[in-house]
Amino acid sequence: MIRVVLPGHLRALARVSSEVQLDIKGAVTQRSVLDALEAQYPMLRGTIRDHVTQERRPFLRFFACEEDYSLEPPDTPLPEAVASGKEPFLIIGAIAGG
Amino acid sequence: MSGVRVLVGTRKGAFVLTSDGKRGKWEVSSPHFAGWEMYHLKGSPTDPNRIYASQTSGWFGQIIQRSDDGGKTWIQPGTPPGEQTGPGGVPKGESNKFVYDTSAETGKPLTTHQFYDGKQHPWEFKRVWHLEPSPTDPDTVYAGVEDAALFRSTDGGKNWKELAGLRGHGTGPRWQPGAGGMCLHTIILDPSDPKRIYIAISAAGAFRTDDGGKTWKPINKGLYSQYIPEPTAEVGHCVHHVAMNPSRPGVLFMQKHWDVMRSDNAGDSWKEVSGDLPTDFGFVIDVHAHEPETIYVVPIKSDGEHFPLDGKLRVYRSKTGGNEWEALTKGLPQSNCYVNVLRDAMAVDSLDKCGVYFGTTGGQVYGSADAGDSWTPIVEHLPAVLSVEVQTLP
Repeated sequence: MIRVVLPGHLRALARVSSEVQLDIKGAVTQRSVLDALEAQYPMLRGTIRDHVTQERRPFLRFFACEEDYSLEPPDTPLPEAVASGKEPFLIIGAIAGG
Repeated sequence: MSGVRVLVGTRKGAFVLTSDGKRGKWEVSSPHFAGWEMYHLKGSPTDPNRIYASQTSGWFGQIIQRSDDGGKTWIQPGTPPGEQTGPGGVPKGESNKFVYDTSAETGKPLTTHQFYDGKQHPWEFKRVWHLEPSPTDPDTVYAGVEDAALFRSTDGGKNWKELAGLRGHGTGPRWQPGAGGMCLHTIILDPSDPKRIYIAISAAGAFRTDDGGKTWKPINKGLYSQYIPEPTAEVGHCVHHVAMNPSRPGVLFMQKHWDVMRSDNAGDSWKEVSGDLPTDFGFVIDVHAHEPETIYVVPIKSDGEHFPLDGKLRVYRSKTGGNEWEALTKGLPQSNCYVNVLRDAMAVDSLDKCGVYFGTTGGQVYGSADAGDSWTPIVEHLPAVLSVEVQTLP
């Protein structure tokens, strides 16, 4: 099982209270994780990736195993620790304070 | 007894205010969609339990929400809880999918519009500013979006299709964003003619279709905007809001960037009716539910200082369709008030006497149960109010 941690607002949209778990067949990549996430929670379509371009929305970043994967190509394999479920895939909203 | 439901969109959530027909005591809901920008909520005229809401975020984009129980619970159309996916895991609807129609059959090429710096800029969808439910079908609703375009759903908000004739009118390269973005913020459906729709865009102007949205024409004759190179241009005017009394659909009232205007011929021409207003800059304008010559505005000091003149929050009412105005101050702060009232933040109910409501960027929602003669704050400490709509309940 792949574990995904969503920002609070997206947890509210998806009506989940904690991290979500996804079953992915094949390579575990940004694209396959987000495809599975949107299939399981279709209300999240368009909130993480643009509907048309499928590009990451600019105020969101992807992290795993304390590394920033935001700028990696979407088909790059994620770390084994993510694929095995040991570590979560983190979707983080840019911090805006002030 | 009849009642009133006031739908308030704010920078940090939506609130539903309810009262009986006396409009003296109010219940204020907890925030819906807390933390999200709620640009607009509006109820269906034919089914008061059906409410549409535009939920937006700079992080997560656009969401459309719908309530079928008068605002108690909400769903994203097409993805109700417990029934989230269709065959193969695909959503049954993509209620937040607003894609400009560039198809050869029905669409128009996605061209460019003028940007703040005068350069051409590609059309980019950002958010829904205004939702306008059909007066006859609760499943049909129109959405005015930024960058300016008009969309329609005929399945309760599940799927959206652009009425591309507007964006493809040909003047698009001369449209430009106002300070708030290039938004289509006003949609008026003519109750006497289902094929006639009025819309307004900042800063392009007002447009009308007489064929259900296939073709459009600018209706800006008579507008004068000294801040654009050609003050009487066909397009480029910063129209802030347009209002109409449904009993007299050919008569329109407009609050432009500066100037209050009226048209007696469905927008074919306009004349200024600012008259004796202390300043004719402002955002909101609305019409009394039963007296079609009684109109309301909230004058704002200037385009550089978005707050009331002299720190006095005053609604101005004209009972003569403009030109002659009276200040309505009873119950409103008359010193040290520096809030703004945004373009979609005023509405009227259809009770007798007509109720008038408006919200401020300071988080107050004021109501009047006597057509503006006196005002009471319904709630005073909300986030900045973006929109106010009213449902008169049976």
